[in-house]
Amino acid sequence: MNAIIISALMGVLLMFTSILTTNKQVIKNIALIALLFLLTANIVDTYNLFSINIDTKGMLAFNKFGYFFNTLAIAATTIFVILSGNEIVKTGNYAADYFALIFFVLCGVSILSSFNNLLMMFLGVEIMSIPLYILTGSAKKNLKSNEASLKYFLMGAFSTGIMLMGITFLYGASGSFDIQALKLTDNELSFTKVMPTPLLEIIGLLFVFASMLFKVSAAPFHFWAPDVYDGAPSAFASFMATIVKAAGFIALINLFFLKAVELHYLWKMVTALVIIATLVIGNITAVFQQSVKRMLAYSSIAHAGFMMFALYAQNDYAKEGILIYTAAYCLATIGLFAILAKMDDYTLDGYNGMAKTQPLLAFANVVFLLSLAGIPLTVGFFAKYYMLAAVLKNGGNIGLFLTILGVVFAAVSVYYYFRVIQAMYFKDGDAKVADVTTGFKLGLILTIIAIIFFGIFPNVLLGWFYF
Amino acid sequence: MISALLILIPLIAGILSFFIKSNQANKLWAVLSSLSVLTITLLGILVFNKSSYLNFDVNWITTLGSRFTTSMDGMSKILCLLTAIAFPAILIATYKNEYKNAHSFYGLMLLSQAGLMGVFLAADALLFYFFWELALIPIYFLCSTWGGEKRIAATFKFFVYTFLGSLLMLIGIIYLYYLTPHHSFAMSDFYALQLSAKQQNFVFWLFFIAFAIKMPIFPFHTWQPDTYEQSTTAATIVLSAIMVKMGVFAIIRWIVPIFPLAVKSNATFIIILSVIGMVYASLIAIKQDDVKRLIAYSSIAHLGLMCAAIFSMNSVGLKGVMLQMFSHGINVMGLWIVAEVVELKTGTRKFSELGGLAQKAPVLAMLFLIMILANVSLPLTSSFIGEFLMLGGLFRYNIYLTVVAGTCIILVAAYSFNTMKKIFYGNTVSVTENAQEASINVQWVLAILAIIIIAFGIYPQPLIDLTKDTVLFITGK
Repeated sequence: MNAIIISALMGVLLMFTSILTTNKQVIKNIALIALLFLLTANIVDTYNLFSINIDTKGMLAFNKFGYFFNTLAIAATTIFVILSGNEIVKTGNYAADYFALIFFVLCGVSILSSFNNLLMMFLGVEIMSIPLYILTGSAKKNLKSNEASLKYFLMGAFSTGIMLMGITFLYGASGSFDIQALKLTDNELSFTKVMPTPLLEIIGLLFVFASMLFKVSAAPFHFWAPDVYDGAPSAFASFMATIVKAAGFIALINLFFLKAVELHYLWKMVTALVIIATLVIGNITAVFQQSVKRMLAYSSIAHAGFMMFALYAQNDYAKEGILIYTAAYCLATIGLFAILAKMDDYTLDGYNGMAKTQPLLAFANVVFLLSLAGIPLTVGFFAKYYMLAAVLKNGGNIGLFLTILGVVFAAVSVYYYFRVIQAMYFKDGDAKVADVTTGFKLGLILTIIAIIFFGIFPNVLLGWFYF
Repeated sequence: MISALLILIPLIAGILSFFIKSNQANKLWAVLSSLSVLTITLLGILVFNKSSYLNFDVNWITTLGSRFTTSMDGMSKILCLLTAIAFPAILIATYKNEYKNAHSFYGLMLLSQAGLMGVFLAADALLFYFFWELALIPIYFLCSTWGGEKRIAATFKFFVYTFLGSLLMLIGIIYLYYLTPHHSFAMSDFYALQLSAKQQNFVFWLFFIAFAIKMPIFPFHTWQPDTYEQSTTAATIVLSAIMVKMGVFAIIRWIVPIFPLAVKSNATFIIILSVIGMVYASLIAIKQDDVKRLIAYSSIAHLGLMCAAIFSMNSVGLKGVMLQMFSHGINVMGLWIVAEVVELKTGTRKFSELGGLAQKAPVLAMLFLIMILANVSLPLTSSFIGEFLMLGGLFRYNIYLTVVAGTCIILVAAYSFNTMKKIFYGNTVSVTENAQEASINVQWVLAILAIIIIAFGIYPQPLIDLTKDTVLFITGK
């Protein structure tokens, strides 16, 4: 419970730092220290050394999986602040508030990784989403940012409504908010046996499922994502596209896979259809993008499709896989967005000749893109590997079809990722990049080392999970 | 241990190469590294040829049951030898060339050597997949950074093509992984699998498409001529002398022993594809006006015969494939080096603009003639033995297909001698008027390649003995 409480406290603390100091660098450094403290607190909690405990009457349940995910999310946020901290403080006048909001998001994330009750899930989703609506609109003078914020808020509020409706149905069916009470057998979920109660549950689950799909931007609920990521300040777009999205998947896994329902055949078909739609829409649309930022937005939809594989597979491999995928995807995307935010021109042409003007940044981009494409020697390969292996483990023709479709689209994704590499290395131009500090470069080098190290020894990463 | 060294030396040398700023030092470093790899390979083949010296095995990803296992059998040895000869040959022959960003050029060259060695040595499926992809990345950058105008599009097509193929193979590998009793990627466990005919037929294609794209087999060959034409010669040599052998090697190592039933049932179809590819590529080669494209198509034809010989499934054909993998590599290396020199000296690769070069560069002409003779597989060149055995193997399988494949030799002779005639004989034209003899480096490299070709043409027994264990193992399966 350390993560939930301390992140909320840190959020409040940071909100008030603006009273004490107006120096943005100081605020950024305080945020970094607070993040490291949060990280330590969570790790201490993981090993049962010290934990704050409040009796929640079983509404929250903590396990290794959740702890490990928290560690990943907080670590990713730390890297995010190291790399994009200067962009965050430049967004507007209220640097302290932005960091405070990030901590509130983390509070929501850690609730989502441990809820045992539908109400807690709802709270977690809301605590996570509301700060994001504000962060999206944080560039107050920028019309696009305002538009994105409004769009995100309206759509988000609508999806929250659907989720509440779903929860009501589930409550009606089982008489409890506890997700253990939702446990259905295969038999009860089959549509052949028409019973009033299971049907209520099915509708409820579908509603909750749909609203969570909205949060992770899976098709057909993805329409908000490109506009919002494009409109939001680059720094916050990367935060939304990575940590928040991964948290959505953890919530889905907590709900549908670890605790609640044995997924039925028809349910699997629904998941499979969502996967297919997400992969097709995300990848094919990304091919046609001229702006790297929009390309990354669509690629994040495509990756949501790959992460859905874990929901389809539902086995130990999928659990490990979603953690590795989170790590791989967060590291690479945060890095790409951090460099993107320094660029003058977000189009592909803006990257032309970057290898000459900024060799280190260009090389870092290459590593991030290769990791997203899933090339061996980067952790992205093992992310893809685990997803494919998880689905193949269950056997079955649909699973096989899904994996083949997955790799075909992985090859498509190479097309749009490599266009950036081509622009940087093989085309002439002078990519304009804002000045970068030594700290930023060190951060990039660390990220590169992490990606390659976990790409060679993924068991080190998972070793922490098993410890 | 030796097998691990063969991967590690070029890998580390390649990474360090990126940090050496002086061009001269870089060249020397790359040559030294590749020569030391050659020395170790020769030592491994001739002196320390016990498996305890050659093999290497450590834990890698324990949770997945994957180990860093490398081993060296006859086929690995002959291909490592080819790789080890090719890199110093390329680096010395192109020693005088000045590349932009030389440190990345030599770094990438050495990294691609590490990847190739890894592919030939890996005895663990996941490790094999790793190296299979890793060999691709440096070559992608090599071909896209240095080369002709359309290089970016051409190499990109090549990359996406092969990447799709290797991902399909990855699904196949994972599929087999779950069938092994203790969930491991070890090659020996894969060999021990008893798959039903239905399973074999399905997984066979996942693997075969990956390898067919690499070789390339008709109709997966469309990436090849463009890539060869557009890339810089050093990269083209790596591609055509060694990289395409990855496909042949992988079929023998990962398909034939694991899917014997599927190989049997699909053999006729694949041999027909290969023979179509041979005839088709040879006919197109005759019409070419560009040396590089001609060699590219000629390469497709030769690789087609190798594929056909593997699927004819007898020891004669397989022996031929082993020999031919080596001698085709040496031979095509020589052809490319001459093509490079011709372009360097005259500024063009087009036959229609060349002529009479023999008067200006007699040594080059003589050495090129040996390469051309080897390309036609004339007796006394090492290719002759290889092609003869492969056609012999194919003959046992199907006489009609052998006849069609045999006619290709006539086509090969037609375009090869035509190349010789148009570039080197006749009267000098404006571009060859002031051409000079090739540099001493090139002469030496070509001379050594020519000696290898003729020596093994007269006495191929050492190569046959070297690969005997693989042939016995595969045919015994």
